[in-house]
Parts: sequence; C-alpha cells; structure tokens
Amino acid sequence: MTHSIILSPSVRLWLLLPLLLLAPAAQATPYLPTSGDQVIEVLPGGGGARQLERLRTALRAQPQDLALATSLARRYIALARSDTDPRYLGYAQAALQPWWALAAPPLEVRMLRATLLQSTHHFDAALKDLDAIIAIAPQHAQAWLTRATVLTVRGEYAKASASCARLSSLASELISITCIANIGSLSGRAAHSEQLLEKTLQRSASVTTPELQVWVLTLLAEMATRRGAASVAEERFQAALALDPNDSYLLGAYADLLLDQERPLEVVKLVKEHARIDALLLRQALALQQIPGSGVTLAALTKELSDRFNAALQRGDTVHQREQARFELQLHNAPKAALALAQKNWAVQKEAADVRIYLEAALKAKGDAGPVLNWIKTSGLEDVAVNKLVQQLKAGA
Amino acid sequence: MMRRFLRFPSIVLALLLGCLSLPAQAHKPSDSYLKLSVAEQTIAGQWDIALRDLDYAIGLDRNGDGRLTWDEIRSHHQDIAGYALQRLTLATGAGACAVTAGEQLIAQHTDGAYSVLRFQAHCPDPVDMLEIGYRLFADLDAQHKGLVQIQHGDNTSTAIFSPEQAQQSIALRNPGKLSQFGAYVLHGIWHIWIGFDHILFLLSLLLPAVLVAATGHPSESLKASFFDVLKVVTAFTLAHSITLTLASLSPLSLPSRTIESLIAASVVLAALNNIVPLFRGRRPSVAFVFGLIHGFGFASVLADLGLPRDALAISLFGFNLGVEIGQLAIVAVFLPLAFLLRRSWFYGQLLTKGSALIMLLASVWLVERAFDIRLMPV
Repeated sequence: MTHSIILSPSVRLWLLLPLLLLAPAAQATPYLPTSGDQVIEVLPGGGGARQLERLRTALRAQPQDLALATSLARRYIALARSDTDPRYLGYAQAALQPWWALAAPPLEVRMLRATLLQSTHHFDAALKDLDAIIAIAPQHAQAWLTRATVLTVRGEYAKASASCARLSSLASELISITCIANIGSLSGRAAHSEQLLEKTLQRSASVTTPELQVWVLTLLAEMATRRGAASVAEERFQAALALDPNDSYLLGAYADLLLDQERPLEVVKLVKEHARIDALLLRQALALQQIPGSGVTLAALTKELSDRFNAALQRGDTVHQREQARFELQLHNAPKAALALAQKNWAVQKEAADVRIYLEAALKAKGDAGPVLNWIKTSGLEDVAVNKLVQQLKAGA
Repeated sequence: MMRRFLRFPSIVLALLLGCLSLPAQAHKPSDSYLKLSVAEQTIAGQWDIALRDLDYAIGLDRNGDGRLTWDEIRSHHQDIAGYALQRLTLATGAGACAVTAGEQLIAQHTDGAYSVLRFQAHCPDPVDMLEIGYRLFADLDAQHKGLVQIQHGDNTSTAIFSPEQAQQSIALRNPGKLSQFGAYVLHGIWHIWIGFDHILFLLSLLLPAVLVAATGHPSESLKASFFDVLKVVTAFTLAHSITLTLASLSPLSLPSRTIESLIAASVVLAALNNIVPLFRGRRPSVAFVFGLIHGFGFASVLADLGLPRDALAISLFGFNLGVEIGQLAIVAVFLPLAFLLRRSWFYGQLLTKGSALIMLLASVWLVERAFDIRLMPV
C-alpha cells in the first residue's frame, strides 16, 4: 500500500493556484500545441459581435453608405461600453473611415467621432467636434450632454454648467438635473445637489430607463461616499447593481468603497468575474493585499497588471494613468513613480479620484501637492477622504 | 484595527480565491508584435498576431462555436500567412525584400492567444535603412497598432505603426548624431597624434617663432612669439580645412601617392628653412600653401573612415575639430617650452641639428613615397 498525502480540497486549490496563475505570466514564449483538439482561444462570447456580422458584410459592400456606417459604429460603441472592450471602439472608427479625417464630416459622424475621441481621452479634439456640432445644431441634446461630461471630467465647472443649462429645454428633467447636480456636488454645493438629484430621481422613477437609473444611482452613491455616508452609498450601489450587475464603472466605484472599509472578501466576490478589465483586476489585487496569506496570488495578479500596463505603454496609451498610479503606489510601493503618473493624469482629468490619487502619492513621495491643494480650494470639492489627506499633508509640511 | 474578514472560515477564503485562477485575459485595444532581426541582406521575422483579430478578419472559427482549436487554427495557416504578409512590406533603398513564410506557433499575451508567424526576408542589398509599410487590419480596426522591434547587431530600435502612420523608414546604423560627432572628433585628434609628418611640419615652422625673424636673436616678448605662432597655425588650419572640406564633399581628389610625397617635401622644406633661411617673414604664407596639401592628406584618411551619408557635415566638422584640438595641444606644450629655452644652447642645437634630422627623416619619406619603396624598417 502506498502512502499518499491526503490533502483537503481547499489545500489542493491553494497548491494549484500558483501554477494556474503563472500560466499566463509565462508570456509570449511561442509554443507548439500538442493536440489538435486543444482549445487555444475562446472568442468574445454573447454573440454581441456576431450579430453585427451581417451589418458589417453589408457595409463592406457599400462602405460609403452613411446610414449603415453610423448605425454599425453606434452599435460597436454600445458593445464597447457594455463589454468594456476597447477593440470595438477601433471597429467603430473603422466603419466611419470614409469620413473620419474630414474637417467637417456629417453631423452624425461628427458626434460619433467626438464620442470615440473622448473615450480615448482625446478631450481637446472631442470638444472641438462638440463645439462645432452645437454651433450648427444648437438643439443637439447629446452633444450638449457629452460636452458637459467632458468639461466636468476636466474640472471646467463653469463651462460645464452652461452646457447643462442648455439641456433643460432639450432633454428630460432627470437628465438635465443629473448633469447640473453632478457638477454642483463637486463644486461647493454638495448637500443641496445630492438632495435635488435624489428627489428628482424619485419623481421620475416611472418614466426613466434602467441605464439612466444606473447612471444616476452611481452618481448618488459617489456623492454619499464623498460626504462619508457609507451605508447610504452602499444602498445606492446595491440598487444600481440590481439593475446592471456588469457596469464596470459602477463595480469599480463600489469596490473602492468596500476597499476603504477594509471588506476585501466582498471586493473579490464583486469583481472576480471581471478580471479582463484592468481597473477591476486592480481592485481585486488591492483587496488581496488586505487579506493575510494571499501572497502568491497577489504576486501573480501584480505581475499580470504590470504586464498589462506595459502593453499599454508600448502602444503609447495613456488612458489608464490613474489606475497605473494607484498600482505603482499601492502594489509596487513606488510613490515617486506613482506621483509622476498622477501628475500626468492630472494634466488630462480632474475628477475626485484623480485628486485623491495625486494627494496619496504626494503624501508618500513627500512631493509637491500644491497645484491640487489650490485646485481643491478654488473648486470647493467636498470629500471626506480628500479632507483627511489634506490634513495629513498639512501636518507633514 | 478590527478586520471583518477574519470572521470568515479559511476554507471559504480559499475557495473564493481559487476562483481567481480563471484565465484573466485583458480587454485591450488590438496590437500586433513584430520582431525583425536584421543581418546583412536577410531579415528573420516573428510576428505575433492576436487570434481574435485574425478571426475577425478572415474567420478562423469554422464550426462557429466561439472556441478556436489548434486544428482550426492550423488549417488556416496558409490563409493567415497570406493575409498578414500581404499587408507588410519591407524594403531597402534598392527595392523590396522578398518575404517567405515559415512555421507558425502560438504565444500567450495579456489579452489572449496569438498566432506566431515566422518568416524570412531577403533584401536586394545589406540593410542600413529599412522601409516598412504596415497595413495589417487598417481597414477593420482603426485603433490597431503594430509594435515593431528591430534588432541589428547590438542595437534595438522600436517603432509604432498605426493606420495613420503606416509607412516608416528606420535607420539601423544610427548611433545618434552627437555620438557620431564625438567619434569623428576623436578620429581627428588620433590622426594628428599618429601623423608624424603633420606634427614635424608644424614644429619645423614653429621653431623660429621664439626668435626675431630679421636678426635670428631670441625674441624679447612672449606676446610677439605668441602672435607669430598664431599666424602660422591659423594659416595652416585655414588651408587644410579648405582642402579637407572640398575633397570630402566633392569628387575632387588627387592621387594619394602624389599628396603623400608633397607632404614629405613640405616637411623637408620647412626644416631646411631653419638651417638656410628661405621664407623669413613669410612663414604664414608657406604654412598656408602647404596646408592645402596636408588637407588632402586628411581627406584621404576621412575617405577611408567613410562619412555617414545622413550626418556628412557634422562628421566632417567633427573630424576637422579633432585635428585642430590635436594641433592646439601640441602648440600649447611647444610654445611655453620653446620660449623658456629660447636662449639656451640646447635650443640652438635643436633649431639647426634637430631640423637637419627632421630633413633627413622627411627626405627618406619623400623617396619612399615618391618611388613607392621601403628604406626604413616599420
């Protein structure tokens, strides 16, 4: 009789983990598969992209067909959003190829171009297109809304508010109030804005779409987070998740709240199916950091994230600088690198999360937080996490 | 601090974390990774292209189940090679390189499995400027990028291709303008240092600088000697710079045997002048005339080194500067010493017997060079 070491299932899993996780890390070494039946790649499922095959074939036959091209581009953009998969943005842009480089493409193309440009953080170019659209078509609600969103992300609140104001006669009450309340909540009118938005949502609950509700609930949850009302925030995140469990922005924001409350197991549960999305894989790694004994798994995830950021760097992408700064600060423990990234990111966008990572990096790196501290003063940002960092920076100075 | 997760039994934790080991492939924009190793006329290529992108372009999933097996991929190898290589052009100044597809493997990148296409390219001449045309997926995915890495000897260069930047020329022998400049400065210094004929010519002309031309008595002021040296050196420099530049930038060239013989002759004359005054106050003019000949000598050295086409002017200037630096170093040592020793017995001996020795040596060179024979060992 042979003696075999009997392992409990959980211990076996633990032993297997490093092997399973290191497989993708042994990257880019070419190999010859051993068997013909071996599944090498699983194509993006759900049939989302496949449904578009017919449209794509039709467009290939008539690439100049504007209606066909814009409709395909719109559907690819929707797919890019729902799957958080940037490849579809490239497909959308390709569908618009005949008009893409024109100085003044048809209005529909211009709107889609602005959408694609802002999703790759080319905010200047996007704003140029949006300004052109509203100059020609002042009734274009989508253009005003996208313009307000881009300006809000850039922290240009006065201009953003003006854009929102134009929406009031063009879009539903909920949309225009959401637009304005979001800005207000970031610029010195937090309490009032949150109440206004909450009331407006309750009033319009019967007429709104789930997508819009998820958007509003996410913003409301973030507002509650900023004033330190974690349980209210959590309720709202949960309500939003019930409507759309796969919204990656929502998942990220909720995960951050849970991370702040040191509830890592819930974070892992929340995001573990979304490891394809860099921002959510980052949250997963940050959660593991709070769990004792997850060293091997954490190391593998850190390596994976590092590979992904390197891949983005190689192609010259800067879309993930905020996440990368967090990665450098918290997982690589490299505050100087984190601060450099946070500064670059700050030049592009100025959301509350951008403020926070900048201050955190500056605090650890003992670097200069002056520009952001000034900005907090002038913008009137109210955020308990940010306030705490400001106090720490002042105490250290 | 109270940590809530400690309440979870460890088995739950293990199971929860166990689920993380599912393949975590990133969602990222499309890239391909093209590695080119250049050796003379041949290029070995390895091109990693995402299977997902290839499926989108040419359809690899024959049974439409969303899962690509090795058999499905393998059966499309010819299509993949044909599709990809049609969208890549490699060329040198002399024309296109002929590309032959090799084996295909699989590699794992952050966003999934890639087909690894190996190929060989034969170019019409040794590659020093590689022109790459990259159009893979340009019509399908406007945000696709080709990340190209070129290895050539110890150097690696990289380039990013996109539909907007589909055509790029990459210089392979490109050590950078500044280091190239520096290298030519060193060549210049080195050449004057090992060029005894140039040094002896200059020294022969400079020996009388610490004496008064009209009388042959030691000069009274360092200033007068300094200006004398300055005039001679400037004339020499000006002259050889002119011919060096002319000869390097134009097809103008004289037979090197003639030049080398004339240089030897110039040394003989310069040394003779110290024994039998021939030029007296016209030493700067003599320095200029013979400087023209020495310039041709420098030019032939530079021609042997080869001037890089893309950095012609800067290399020429660097070489010239190097020659001047070497020359000034010699002068900087010579002048103070000569001035201090000008009244000594030794200096008189150096001027006459030393010059005679130089004459003798240069005469041997002259005969050797003029008749292409060897009189001295070495």
